[in-house]
Amino acid sequence: MSYVLEIKNVTKKFGDFTAVKSVSFNVEDGGFFSILGGSGCGKTTLLRMISGFENVTEGELLIRGESMEGIPPERRPVNIVFQNLALFPMMNVEKNVAFGLQRQKLPKNEVNSRVTEMLERVGLIGFEKKKVTELSGGQRQRVAIARSLVLRPSILLLDEPLGALDRKLREHMKIELKVLQREIGTTFIYITHDQSEALVMSDYVAVMNEGQFEQIDTPKNLYKNPATSFVAGFVGESNEFNITSYADGELTTDNGCKLVKPGLDYQPKKLFIRPEAFILDSPETLPDVALINTRIKNILFDGANTKLSVVVKESADEMLISLPQNAKFDNLHDGDDLQVGIHQDDLKCYQN
Amino acid sequence: MKRLVLIGAIALSLIATGAMAQETLRVLTWKGYAPAKLIKAFEAETGIDVKLTYSNNEEMIAKLRATRGAGFDLAQPSQDRISFVQNKFPIYQPIDYSKVDTGQLVESMVDAVKKNSAVDGKGFAVPHCYGTTGMIVNQKLAPGADDWSDLWNPKYAGKISYRLKRPLLIATAFGMGEDPFALYGDIDAYRALMGRVEKKLIDSKKLVKNYWTSGDTQVAIIKSGDANVISGWDGKGWTLHKENPDIDFIAPKSGALGWIDTFALPAKSKNLDGAYKYINFMLRPENAAYFTNQEGYGTASKDAINFLNAEIKANFSRSFPPEDLDNIKWHPPVPAGFEKIESKVLDRVKAAK
Amino acid sequence: MKKRSGTFYLLMVPVLLWLGLLIVIPHLDMVYRSFRFETDDWEMVFSLNNYLTFFQDQIYWLTFVKTALYSIGVTFLAFVVTFPVAFYLTKVVGKKYSSFMTLLLLIPIWIGELVTVYGWMILLRDNGVINTFLMNIGIIKEPIEMLFTNFSMTIGLLYMSMLFMIVPMMSALDSLDDSLIEAASDLGASKWTIFRKIIIPYTTPGIVSGGIIVFMLVIGDYVAPNILGGKSSLWFTEQIYNKFLMSFNWNEGAAFGFLLLGLSSGIVWVALKLSGQKLEKVGS
Repeated sequence: MSYVLEIKNVTKKFGDFTAVKSVSFNVEDGGFFSILGGSGCGKTTLLRMISGFENVTEGELLIRGESMEGIPPERRPVNIVFQNLALFPMMNVEKNVAFGLQRQKLPKNEVNSRVTEMLERVGLIGFEKKKVTELSGGQRQRVAIARSLVLRPSILLLDEPLGALDRKLREHMKIELKVLQREIGTTFIYITHDQSEALVMSDYVAVMNEGQFEQIDTPKNLYKNPATSFVAGFVGESNEFNITSYADGELTTDNGCKLVKPGLDYQPKKLFIRPEAFILDSPETLPDVALINTRIKNILFDGANTKLSVVVKESADEMLISLPQNAKFDNLHDGDDLQVGIHQDDLKCYQN
Repeated sequence: MKRLVLIGAIALSLIATGAMAQETLRVLTWKGYAPAKLIKAFEAETGIDVKLTYSNNEEMIAKLRATRGAGFDLAQPSQDRISFVQNKFPIYQPIDYSKVDTGQLVESMVDAVKKNSAVDGKGFAVPHCYGTTGMIVNQKLAPGADDWSDLWNPKYAGKISYRLKRPLLIATAFGMGEDPFALYGDIDAYRALMGRVEKKLIDSKKLVKNYWTSGDTQVAIIKSGDANVISGWDGKGWTLHKENPDIDFIAPKSGALGWIDTFALPAKSKNLDGAYKYINFMLRPENAAYFTNQEGYGTASKDAINFLNAEIKANFSRSFPPEDLDNIKWHPPVPAGFEKIESKVLDRVKAAK
Repeated sequence: MKKRSGTFYLLMVPVLLWLGLLIVIPHLDMVYRSFRFETDDWEMVFSLNNYLTFFQDQIYWLTFVKTALYSIGVTFLAFVVTFPVAFYLTKVVGKKYSSFMTLLLLIPIWIGELVTVYGWMILLRDNGVINTFLMNIGIIKEPIEMLFTNFSMTIGLLYMSMLFMIVPMMSALDSLDDSLIEAASDLGASKWTIFRKIIIPYTTPGIVSGGIIVFMLVIGDYVAPNILGGKSSLWFTEQIYNKFLMSFNWNEGAAFGFLLLGLSSGIVWVALKLSGQKLEKVGS
């Protein structure tokens, strides 16, 4: 397997502040790789090091096996789609897309044919002469991507390009981007703080926190088996508990709730349970399922995302439980008692 | 209500007396012609508030022309710049010589100015002071420069400066051995003469450092050493001599150009009484002498000589040996149309390479 | 149509007075004068002669052409000199320092043109600061003649007009997002290409509006050409001044004034056309 990008122990320091701490990862050719993290986690710095706008303080950065040390942005086989897109306002759509090709001193007809081909691919035929300021948000997005992709880069870097769009368009663009990437097969490295964008589009997602990678995995694994408590808390929704004791396969939360979780070879400190992991439908009939008696405090209706806010009986713990919207559970009310089950595999425990 | 009227009346009367006390005299003059000490003394003596505006001949005419003689109560044009303007635009009014204390003035000068400024037989000006345009020379760095023709003497190449205005054209003509004033009656001959002057100035332009443009730049250019032979005014030359004995005013051999500045009354003067008072005050021997001691210009006041500093007297005798004094060329009034010819010449000289 | 209130008309009065008394009427008077001509019999008649003089007498139109070409040159120089400064102040230095430095740039305006012109005289003359310094450190033996040359005049004109170039340019550069520069670089553009293809086109409205101001200031300036200029630096404004004050030919002076206004506006119009800008856009 060849790697298009290899990052080896890369560190970036700004004065005393270390933005990126000894990060290592490889990206496979043709994949859709996302870096997910909150603001200030170092993901943008990492991206700027790949594109060449920042120097690497320590470590090594290879693209297609070649070291990128000392190579300026304009000579790296990577292109960026900026957060604000950075389209050139004084040029029309066609000229924006042709800009990079013209820099390579390609013959005019080749430039034209490649621009047309690219505009066709992103569905902007007929918009060639439009000013970029006259386009809609989604169209501008596509111009920005086309402008980079037309150069056939080894890697396309995308710096939260959907951030400025409204929700509906964002949902739409997510799918469009994914389809586009599949079609053209260029490696995408996508930076975002929006986990849904990362999970929907990516082949692999790296979760970044305080300059380090917490986990690199497929979206499904990331969700199903978070490697660290940070990932468990950051990706998807979770009920978080502090564990005070663990003995004989039974753990106790700091509010007194007891749950069975056998086979841990370490002393767990944190417990995460996803709201949708709870079983409401006859949990007592299933194996390896612990039963929890709760009282409904509140029904938080939100269509398909409707949740119950419940209090665990004989403790002060509160948690959220996903409520399937089917007729069976339509008669639940605030204050009702409710027994729910949880499979021991869905109890995610961490040492810190 | 009655009380209010009373207060109003008092206030009004106060304003009225205030206005009366503020009798003003608006004088359009040259820098240095109205020393602060004399103005203060005049204000104390007469209670008239003097408002001074500094100007030069050209602007004086332009200002008064724009308002047709209003805005000022007294002006100080040069004697040769009155009659031709007055002929075209009546911006002045005749002088009532009975109101001028002519007894304290040099009689011949009064008569000359009266004659030169006359329109329809009426005199329009009273002499105030006189001076000459000659040369200012740094005698150490440019020895031997003593004639207008030295302004195009290759010996002083690169160190020559003059003001490119009409006196320079007259001076050049004299330096070439011609007499421009003799041609004032013959405009065609004068035009031809100016053509020769123009050629001389353009041919010798490469020798010139720069054209100075004002009294300040005149002083600066020789003081700084940028030029050593320049055209200049006697008063400025003498002031420079005081600071640097190498520099002095020289009366050119072919004749210094004499000018007389006067007092004239703008057509719409609002304070004639005050204007006459001012004229008589400024020409009082001790006041006139104070002015001359300050500025170095000669005065039309007869007995002022008794109050002059020894140094000032020395300036005159040093720069004007008797034969040079007799050779001063006094500007006659400029005939109409001449300045049009001259201004074209000046433009062409300035534009030439 | 909205009905205007009394207050609206009341507030219009000073505006109309201002425009009428201080701008429209004096200019109408000058227009009138510019068409009056004095015949040899001292009679005033309506005539185009004042305007014709300009085109017939080569000294006048040549002077104008020289003045205009020089002004264009100074405008271009002002751009070349100030662009790096504007770029440095907006894109390199932090906001805090840049506003302080911009204030420093304003100093020549506070001091006034005449004083700065005299300052330049002290620096540039044969035994002035610069020549003395160069001779003392032994670079030159004889003083270099700088004062009263086209060089000193250019410096004087540049110095007084530079600021009017730099301010609009800075505001244009300020609004240029850094990511545009990075994007261009990312797409393979060299520094020179970025400058030519991105920064210049983006800041063109600012450059053009600064250029118009500088051009108009320079072509209409009197002080610097007159005092710092050499013996051959006849500026067109000097000719207008001479018309009014030396030969008392107000009619020709007025005509020349309007010719200056008309011809320089024409040059600006051509410049706008060439740069593909619109006056409204540049003016805002």
